[in-house]
Amino acid sequence: MFRNKTYNRKKLLIVFLAMTAALLLLAGRLVYLMLFCSEYYGRKAEDLHEREREIKAARGEILDATGTALATNRTVCTISVIHSQIEEPEKIIAVLSKELGMDPEAVRKRVEKVSAIERVKSNVDKEAGDRIRAYGLAGVKVDEDYKRYYPYGSLASKVIGFTGGDNQGIVGLEVMYEEYLKGTSGKILTLTDARGVEIENAGERRQEPIDGCSLQISLDHNIQMYCEQAARVAMEAKSADGVSVIVMNPQNGEIMAMANVPEFDLNDPFTLTQAALGGQETEAGGEGGQELLNRMWRNPCISDTYEPGSIFKVVTTAAAFEEGVASLQDQFFCPGYKLVEDRRIHCHKRTGHGAETFTQGVMNSCNPVFIELGLRLGADNFYKYFEQFGLLRRTGIDLPGEARTIMHDKENIGPVELATISFGQSFQVTPIQVAATVSSLINGGNRVTPHFGVEVRDGQGNLVKTLQHDVEEGIVSGETSQVLRTVLEKVVSEGGGKNAYIEGFSIGGKTATSQTLPRSANKYISSFLGFAPATDPQALVLVIINDPQGVYYGGTIAAPVAKDIFSNILPYLGIEKEASPDTGREDGKR
Amino acid sequence: MKRSGQKQKNLVYFDYSLLLIVLFLICFGLVMLYSTSSYNGQVKFGDDAYYLKKQLMADAIGIVGMAVLARIDYRIWKKFWLLAYVGAFFLCAVVLAVGDTYNGAKRWLRIGPLSFQPSEAAKLAIILFLAAVISQMPKQISKFSALAKVMAMTLPMVVIVALENLSTAIIILGIAFLMAFVASPKIAQFALIVGGCLAIAILFVIVEPYRIERFAIWMHPEQYEKGYQTLQGLYAIGSGGLFGKGLGNSMQKLGFVPEAQNDMIFSIVCEELGLFGAICVILLFVMLLWRFLVIANNAQDMYGAMIVTGAFVHIAIQVFMNIGVVTNSLPNTGVSLPFISYGGTSVLFLLAEIGIVLSVSRGIRLEE
Repeated sequence: MFRNKTYNRKKLLIVFLAMTAALLLLAGRLVYLMLFCSEYYGRKAEDLHEREREIKAARGEILDATGTALATNRTVCTISVIHSQIEEPEKIIAVLSKELGMDPEAVRKRVEKVSAIERVKSNVDKEAGDRIRAYGLAGVKVDEDYKRYYPYGSLASKVIGFTGGDNQGIVGLEVMYEEYLKGTSGKILTLTDARGVEIENAGERRQEPIDGCSLQISLDHNIQMYCEQAARVAMEAKSADGVSVIVMNPQNGEIMAMANVPEFDLNDPFTLTQAALGGQETEAGGEGGQELLNRMWRNPCISDTYEPGSIFKVVTTAAAFEEGVASLQDQFFCPGYKLVEDRRIHCHKRTGHGAETFTQGVMNSCNPVFIELGLRLGADNFYKYFEQFGLLRRTGIDLPGEARTIMHDKENIGPVELATISFGQSFQVTPIQVAATVSSLINGGNRVTPHFGVEVRDGQGNLVKTLQHDVEEGIVSGETSQVLRTVLEKVVSEGGGKNAYIEGFSIGGKTATSQTLPRSANKYISSFLGFAPATDPQALVLVIINDPQGVYYGGTIAAPVAKDIFSNILPYLGIEKEASPDTGREDGKR
Repeated sequence: MKRSGQKQKNLVYFDYSLLLIVLFLICFGLVMLYSTSSYNGQVKFGDDAYYLKKQLMADAIGIVGMAVLARIDYRIWKKFWLLAYVGAFFLCAVVLAVGDTYNGAKRWLRIGPLSFQPSEAAKLAIILFLAAVISQMPKQISKFSALAKVMAMTLPMVVIVALENLSTAIIILGIAFLMAFVASPKIAQFALIVGGCLAIAILFVIVEPYRIERFAIWMHPEQYEKGYQTLQGLYAIGSGGLFGKGLGNSMQKLGFVPEAQNDMIFSIVCEELGLFGAICVILLFVMLLWRFLVIANNAQDMYGAMIVTGAFVHIAIQVFMNIGVVTNSLPNTGVSLPFISYGGTSVLFLLAEIGIVLSVSRGIRLEE
């Protein structure tokens, strides 16, 4: 009778114990993995199982000064098909091609494609989306989404800008205030298997989106509309290339209107307007499309520079008075030209203005007078004031793409350059720079930052932030500012700007006519800058007409546009006609 | 069976505990297999019970086979020691020539609608073969030369299996080694062999760069694409927690753990039943091993004891390797979990082994 030998039993026990110990070690490993690493692996696994579907946050609105929405959101639908859930492909193809106005073959391609989810069409009207949903087709998914919508279409298009496909700002205020407007998107978390198929009845977790903040701007759609209309009339009347109008509050830099006709449709920004196509069609064709679009979207008030011409005489005057090299009583004589070194620089009036006081010189916009002032100042002083007035810096306006001032280097300014700078030639600035600089000179000497943004409010209307814009005080003395206001008022009431004169209002202003480069092309820019009331400016209007046909004098064609605008906006702003001189002081805020 | 026991004059022992544990493991395995494979079955074959049905059939055949083998006197198999070895070797050679390739490994022989994995047969064959050989030379086994002879005889089988299925080759080697260890009174020479094998293994890793990669994947599965399966298994285990997500609620079986019903099924057990369920499964296997120990110790003869020892180490090694791989305690190799993983051939031969072990248990004479 065989009995297992003791050593066999012992060895067997050793093996058993060793194996049991090994299994216990593994059990220990399981304890470690399932108790101590459970959270880590569990979360990793969850990340793997969860699919995120983004819920877009509603983009904040852009509201004008009256609280009217200039940029808002519209609900649109995205129609998708989920291949694995489709039951009646033919019916789906028929319904979708009918409701979406799509080619049935194109729809068929989407429906028959084997993929987790296939987008058929996005940006579908909510009504069409609702109709499709009402069919209750299995495998057809209608997702609602927000799309940017601009109720006023082309109004202030180059200021407001628009958003791209992912609802992100591309140009204008939309991109400048992106961080406030965009909001934080939320998500829906659903469980899926490894193929990405959602598991039914697994429930979903939602993380609600935080809607973007609304941006209140100083632009007033009524003023803007009026300015655009006036600009369009002027552009058509003069067959001009374009007309820009800036209306701002010179006291604080708030811009009430910035019109740049021709505007474009913000709801359809990628279609070139007739004006943008212009004569370029044959030249640029399809390839230059993006170039043309960029040109169409461009805001000339801030991105383009021009020679300011006679309006710059305001700056020359301010510098001369600050430096004390001129006074209102100074006498000048204009023979129709002035010799600088051996160059004969003509006055616009070839026959000469004869003997005149300084005030008359400004009213006449007499070039020799300002050449004289410029020479009295000298390059160093003149340059010092450019810097002091903030002319050489960007204005800091809250729009992207502001151009720099193009000015001679100080070392290169000889007497001839000095003479031409004095009456606003041989260098270039942006229209917004002109408006901001003159505003600062006439408002008592506070360099204001031109701006649109006023305040930011969250979705519930709570104030999130009041936007601050720099103000630099004391760039000119109060007296100099007073002189400018007085002299410029005379220009409108009795001088070259009389076409902007409105009975009962005190309006200051200056006209300008500048020839663009190359001079041989004989193209001009006519402009007029006015402000009212002259004693305490509440509104400053700059009108720039680009390449008008026929008469091109600023005083003749630009000043009436400004007059038209003033006569409408001054009552609107609550600035009463001056029965007695003080009533003009009434606050202009709406 | 009971009746047949009563027919005999002597009081006959039959290990019902072992039978019960095995049947329980099989039933538990079917439940887990259905839970784990229903998604894959639905996705691949449009039938959530596809894998369950196939496994159920194999289990049924296996249980019948087990019952038959339990009634047959195990000593009959002693005569077939050479046939078992040569037959299994032949099948392994055939599979190398004409086998079906599945998941990149040529391991299946197709006979009509059935497919068959010869390497599973090789494990049983080597147990029967070595039990016969060792029981023939109980005296010589203590000599090193006899031990060398045993290992040398095993080697051809190991090599032919290793060509396509390294993990099974390791199991066969382990079975041979441990059977010899149990049979021999010595310890030192085995320690020497273990040391030698370790040295060879290290050399192996250094010579074959792809094995270094496997080693690196083991250490940092998250950094390698090939660590995907391991990592998914860990996710499943980790997300189980103490009591699991509940039967049927695994997320990882939904295609994340590839072929979850095969070698990685234990990770889904962990995910659904938690640490509690996982440790229960391990304890079941320990109990199974305990029964083997008892039967081997009390076997009627050396041959019977060696067969039980072989079955014992076979199942022990496989459980250890499977759970070790699933928990990333060992580098990744494909070893199935006995009775629970999907695989017809595997369960058939396991049940055959159990049948023979039960037959051995019937030979035990209870002492007064």
